[in-house]
Amino acid sequence: MTSEDQISTETRDRIARQFIEAIPHASALGMSLDRLGTGEAEISMAWNADFVGDPRSGIIHGGVISALMDTCCGAAVLSHPTGPRSTATIDLRIDYMRAAAPGQRITARATCYHVTRSVAFVRAQAMDEDSENPVATATGAFTLER
Amino acid sequence: MADRNEPLPQIKLRRDNALRLLVEGVPYIRWMGIRFDRRGDELTAIMPFDQKLIGNPFLPAIHGGATAAFLEIAALVELSWSAMWEDLESGRIAPDAAMPDSLPRLPKTIDFTVDYLRSGLPRDAYARARVVRSGRRYASVHVEAWQDNRAKLIAQATAHFLMPQG
Repeated sequence: MTSEDQISTETRDRIARQFIEAIPHASALGMSLDRLGTGEAEISMAWNADFVGDPRSGIIHGGVISALMDTCCGAAVLSHPTGPRSTATIDLRIDYMRAAAPGQRITARATCYHVTRSVAFVRAQAMDEDSENPVATATGAFTLER
Repeated sequence: MADRNEPLPQIKLRRDNALRLLVEGVPYIRWMGIRFDRRGDELTAIMPFDQKLIGNPFLPAIHGGATAAFLEIAALVELSWSAMWEDLESGRIAPDAAMPDSLPRLPKTIDFTVDYLRSGLPRDAYARARVVRSGRRYASVHVEAWQDNRAKLIAQATAHFLMPQG
């Protein structure tokens, strides 16, 4: 790895950290922005006893998955090559395929697959450590401020 | 059938205890700071404003994910509450903090669609859910959230749930 790559990696990490730090709710849930592509984002968070929805099973509440999906979709929109200034969710649909395994890290990946002048269309998946079988999928429409 | 002569304080205590056990048993509801106000069987979910709910500090606005979670919690609690109401009133179930199994299991979310209508202000938010249809296996619930004005919704959602079996 050249020193130039090193700097860009550090810069990328700093931007990723600042992105989450700028969103108090994402920061409170312990999210980390792991990857930001062009119109693509990956955000993950650790399992935490405070986020459990069913105390008898230790399964994370669906609302936590919604917050993770929403943040990840928003990040994908902001990283779109057309360079939107800001975004807000218009609607978001989440399908819960299975319960996330207690104790495991949850990772969401979102793709902003189409944009018009004022709307972005996004889809996302959330996985626990079994990346073959998604925990949930999401599809949403977001506003675009240019 | 419910006993017409049951003393009023006892009725209120029984209902409030059952609701408290249902809500306080869920760590994430506690973490979000969400509580429920009860009038007879009618529930209103309340999400007091907190800095950690902010999604956009520049506006500022409540995070869309926090709003979604609030709606999902309001829908799930309403559905569980309405499903246990008859059993609670007739005395078939008597929720007890010492026995977690005395409360029915929670329904599971199948899907959840949220519609954002206005930016959530840094203020308290309220939500009421309505069980549109509840069958033996599946239920459909609609939920609305507002802040200062009941008529000016900040978000609404429709959710489908799988009812606990057995």
